Parts: sequence; C-alpha cells; structure tokens
Amino acid sequence: MDSDEDDRIPLSQRPEWSDVTPVPQDDGPNPVVPISYSKEFAETMGYVRAVYLADERSHRALQLTAEAIHFNAGNYTVWQFRRLILEALNADLHDELEFVEHLASKNSKNYQLWHHRRWVAEKLGTEAAGRELEFTKKIFVNDAKNYHAWSHRQWVLQTLGGWEDELAYCDELLEDDIFNNSAWNQVSYAVKAILTKPENESSWRYLRGLYKNSMPSFVMDRRVSTVCLTVLTTKANCVFALSLLLDLLSNGFEPNQELKNAVEALLPESRDQDSDMAVTICSVLEIVDPMRVNYWRWRKKSLHSEVEEGVRNLRVH
Amino acid sequence: MIGMEPSSSSPEWKPTVSQEEQWILERQVFHIYQLFCNIPPKSQAVMLELQRDNHIEYLMKGLRHLGPSFSVLDANRPWICYWILHSIALLGESVDDALEHNAIHFISRCQDQHGGYGGGPGQMPHLATTYAAVNSLITLGGHRSLGSINRVKIYSFLRRMKHTSGGFSMHDGGEVDVRACYTAISVACALNILDEDLVQGVGDYILSCQTYEGGIAGEPGSEAHGGYTFCGLATMILVNEVNRLDLASLTDWLVFRQGVEGGFQGRTNKLVDGCYSFWQGGAAVLIQRLHAAAGEGHSSVRSNESFTSSEFSDDEELLEGTSSGMAEISPDVEEDAGRDSGIDHANSSSIPFNLTQRHIEAEPIFQSHALQQYILLCSQVEGGFRDKPGKNRDHYHTCYCLSGLAAAQYSWSKDADSPPLPRSVLGPYSNLLEPINPLCNIVLKQYNEARQFFSKPL
Repeated sequence: MDSDEDDRIPLSQRPEWSDVTPVPQDDGPNPVVPISYSKEFAETMGYVRAVYLADERSHRALQLTAEAIHFNAGNYTVWQFRRLILEALNADLHDELEFVEHLASKNSKNYQLWHHRRWVAEKLGTEAAGRELEFTKKIFVNDAKNYHAWSHRQWVLQTLGGWEDELAYCDELLEDDIFNNSAWNQVSYAVKAILTKPENESSWRYLRGLYKNSMPSFVMDRRVSTVCLTVLTTKANCVFALSLLLDLLSNGFEPNQELKNAVEALLPESRDQDSDMAVTICSVLEIVDPMRVNYWRWRKKSLHSEVEEGVRNLRVH
Repeated sequence: MIGMEPSSSSPEWKPTVSQEEQWILERQVFHIYQLFCNIPPKSQAVMLELQRDNHIEYLMKGLRHLGPSFSVLDANRPWICYWILHSIALLGESVDDALEHNAIHFISRCQDQHGGYGGGPGQMPHLATTYAAVNSLITLGGHRSLGSINRVKIYSFLRRMKHTSGGFSMHDGGEVDVRACYTAISVACALNILDEDLVQGVGDYILSCQTYEGGIAGEPGSEAHGGYTFCGLATMILVNEVNRLDLASLTDWLVFRQGVEGGFQGRTNKLVDGCYSFWQGGAAVLIQRLHAAAGEGHSSVRSNESFTSSEFSDDEELLEGTSSGMAEISPDVEEDAGRDSGIDHANSSSIPFNLTQRHIEAEPIFQSHALQQYILLCSQVEGGFRDKPGKNRDHYHTCYCLSGLAAAQYSWSKDADSPPLPRSVLGPYSNLLEPINPLCNIVLKQYNEARQFFSKPL
C-alpha cells in the first residue's frame, strides 16, 4: 500500500465508494495552526470521517483506515477505529502483524504503531511470542536503543513468562542461601563488564541496582570493593568507581589500607586528605568531575546523615 | 558518556556505536564552543543573545500557517498551539486579540461532546491533547479563554481514562504509561478538579516505574528516561507522594544526565538533546526546591501536606518562590561560599551567616550556565530551536529549549517576586525569560490567574 501517489486513484473515482459522501473537516473560520493538506490527504480523511461517523465496520472501511494511516500514522482515532473493525470482522490478525511490520521501518518511534502491535500480539497469545521477539530484533538492527521496541520486548517476556521467572528465581535462591554461586553469576557478569569497559556508566548502575534491596550484601561483597580498587589504581575513568565507593562508605563499609592509598593517590598534592575517607572522595570528585561540582559538594555536606542512616540500616540487619 | 578514554587493559579496542556517535557530536559541539572562545567579547555577546524577534516571527508564522509536511501532526494540533503559545509567553509577548479569539475558538472545536480535547476537530479525546489544549487556554488567559473550559466534562473524561493499575489510558483503548498519569493529574490540578478517585493508585503505578538506575521509565520494566522522569516526579509532587520515591537515586541519575556538552541526555549513554533541557533540567529544579523546602526545616514539609496544589498554601509557594532576601548577598561572597576560601562568614557584616548557608543550598545541583550555553549556542537557530547541531528546528524543540532556558535562569531563585541576579542569566540580562510553574510548565502569571479563576471547587 505504499503506492506512488501517481498510482493512486482518487476515492471519488472508485466505484465501490460511489455511495459515500465525504465529510469535510470542521476547523471553523480562521483556525490557528491550519495545515495545508495535500488533495489526496484531505480526500482520504473526508471519506474516513464519513465511515467513522456512520460507524461502518466493513472491509472497505478497513482498507480505508490503512490508507489514512499511511498518510498520518499518528492518527490514534483511526487506529482505534481500525481495531473495532478488526474485531467486528473477526479478521486474521496475522495479516495485521504484516501490516504493522510494513509500516515499522518508517514509523519505528510512533506510539500508535507499537500500541497496536501490542494489542494484536495480546490477542494472538503465546504463539506470537517468538515472532514478537524477532520483530524487536529487526528494529534493533537499525536502532539498538529504540525505546518502544525495548518496552515491547519487556512486555512480551513479562506477559509470556521467562524473563521475570529467571530474576525472581535468583532472588528466591539468594534469600534462601546468600552463598549460592549460580545466583551471584549475575553479579559476575556486571563485574566483568565493568572491567572491560570501566568508562561505561551502564554497568556501574546495573551493579549498584542489583544490590538495591540488600544493602548488607552490597557492603560485604568483596568483589564490589575489589572492582573499585582495580579501576582506581589505573587512575583512568575513576568517577564511577569513586561514586560507588562513596556509596559503600555511606553504608558502613570499612575500607582497607590499599583502598585508602588508591584514593589518596588521586588527590593533588596541594590538598590535604581528610581522616574521613568519604570526605576525601568528595574532594577528589569535585576536581575530576567538575560538571557535577555542586552535587559533590552537596554530598559532602550530607555525609554525616547518610552515614548515620547507613550504619543504622546495617545494624537492623 | 564521561571518561571516554579507552582503558589501557584492552589490547584490541574498537569503538562501539554509542561511542562513535558521541564523538561525532562532541566534535561538532566543541567546534562551536571553540569558535565562540576565539572571537572578541563583543561578538561573543552577540552569539549568546536570545534572538527574540526571529523566534517570535517563526512562532507567529506557525500559528497562522503550516505546510503539507505537518500532515503527520494532524492529530496533534493542540500540541502545536501549546508549543507556540507557551514559547511566545516565555518570551514575554502575547498574541493580538484576533489571533487570540481564533485560537480559543479553534481549541474549543477540538473538544469532544463527552469531555476532553482531541488532536483536531472530530477526533477522539486524548489525554495529551487535553493537556496541551488546557495549557494553551491558560496561557492565553482571560475570562473568554478560561471560561471556554468545561471542567465537569473534563473531569468525567479523566475518570473514564482511569486504569485498574492506578495509572491512566491515553485515550479510549489507548496505551497506559507515565505520560498519561502526568497529563491527567496536571490538568486536574490546574483546573482544581483533583480528587481521591483520580489520585488513588497513581503513586503506586509511578513508583513501580522507578528503575534500578534511579530515573523513571514509561512503564514498569522499561528504561529510565528523562521525559518520563519529569512526568513521574511532577505527578508525585502534585499528588503529594513524592517522598515515596527513592529521591537520592533519582537525583544521582539525573545529575549524571548532563553531558560535557552542557546539555542533557534522555538516557544513560545516549546523546544530548535540547528538549531535555526542560525534561531533565526542569526535574532538577523540582528536586532542588524539594531539598530547599526540607533544608529550611519547614515543618509541614515533613508531613504529607506539603506541595499540595489543590489549594493555595505556603508550601506550594515554595515551588513558586518565597521571599528569601537573596538580593542582599554580594556577588563575591556567592563565588566563595562553597569553597574553603577562608572568608569569615560570621564577620562579613552585610551577610548574616544563615543567609549564606541558604544560598549554598540554593545553588542549582546541575550546571545552569553550561545548560544555558548549550541551548543558546547549539540549539538556538535564526528563528526557533533544534535538538542538536545537524538537526532541523521545530516547534516542539523551540518550546522545550525555551522552557529549559527559563528553568535554568531561575534555578538560583527561590523568590518569584524578585528577579534573578544578573549572574543567573547567561548572555545579556535581556535574555531573561518569564518565570514558569515548573510542575505544569505554564508561565507563572497565567497559571496564577487560572488558579484564581478555578478556585471554586466543581
């Protein structure tokens, strides 16, 4: 249906539409933000309005919504009407997947397209899972961070099981036995990622996030502090390591001499180190991460209450 | 991405797509900044100047006429109205009576008979276009504009959009996400029709969208994202449940979204974009004001009555600005206030110690000047604003770059009544925009007028 405009026969000349009078758009006199629609666009929308107002849920109406969507994939009213028609006709939704796929490359960031895809997939159920995951992969070839595609992928795994089963299972195991190595495997992955690309913020945040609900494990896992130490001693890309170390200290972590030395080495000779390592870290961060100088000053100021709360939480556990 | 130097431990190092795109952008941006540094101060001042006349011309033109390429926005016309009208208001201008009349009438034609506004006449009502329409009418202000809003019908539309998850659907049969929550709650607050039935469950839904990174996603499980983070944070403040969020991790994620370019990125390891000047910069301003309120030991802040928007309260004024006497503080002390400079604050006779302390707390947690620099030098073009160098201008980016600029200019201010100090404004002081209510993103004066107008409950 992405025929050239030359191939398009005006609706007024199509015999199957001869019984319908198009309904013009009612913008009123002197509208603001008026759009100079093409003749073809205006005509198509005129006929769409006619069948929409008549609530005609027929095959020709279905075809017409496709034409309208090609002109403007953002028209949510037409998409919604299309869904009503599909239901009324009990249409084969596999064809619908084709229709969406066809539009996807030029409309990969369109909310209505993805919502429609989700609606179709939900109706098709578990059998659609494989195809949906493949579909998102195709999008990722051209845009590896497409937000809609990732959300769709998450939704597929969540709705059809798999992803959360794995994570929930690991959680359970850790709760049962904190020394369970298989469950810690996730941690290993994040640690490995950090070591190969310490400049990648994503893995640091992921690592921190893994420990979100289990502060004591965070503080006690030697691998976390070891990662920090390794990165700090290379003296490159230290910001994330320092930030993570700061979090550890705020939660009652007690650093060894090696770590203390590594942090000291980052402080310029003109500055004195503070007896409180967390304060020293903030001072270093103020220098090596100037964009966030105000934030690090604020963290330094807040340290007292952070540490108190962190240590309190540790004691509770 | 910061710290992009390759780690010495990897022998065969190849840049990833993310790294490559970032380098390309940095090259372009630093080329502009380099140019700027090498020209005489007079030319620098010109480069930093907000091109008011050009922007107004671009905006007015859009209000009057849009070419066929805008057909893809045929279901978003109230948005185009809001982007343009809000931008004009930020620039301290207004439209003439005829245009105002036409705007009110056109927007009214987008109303659905059962309540809410659609993307154009005859289209189904939609939460986003309802938000845009209401914000546009409030921005226009005056009895005719405000009187055209049917609060009863809008309320019933909002109730219909309420979802079992506690969130909202964008339209009948539409998607549920954090944007929908924000647009619904913002409209309800602005029109003073917020109630328990609308609020119920929204906090739970948004909470479930805060990710391990600290930011907020569009829906549970998705990635932390600047647009949704603003929407989620603003909504939580409006429904009085902001303390349920992990504000510490949200703040941390947020400050790291400001890139070396000075602008903000929407997600970790993505490119900066002018529109995040508002989504992220605005969120930073909201957080700052929460800190300020807590820091002042404002007793009602600790309770849930703080930041109520459903009635005038002292706490709400904290978001709009309260008197702080900041004008008394001398520039020199401001410079040194945060450092161990040895200034004996207690002996600086004109500066009471506690005011200096408050000033430190009022420092923006993001680099306001760097953001303004990105907006003015990289996003601003001759008439309008763009995402980044290499992209085209559009009304959406014009709106959010200007909104972000306003937020940045006022990021030191706690007082809406006394204008920001000259140092808050990058470039000539004439760059100063109108102050906004950062929760709804409406110019403060117009927002206050609407609050008065709608002060009677339904």
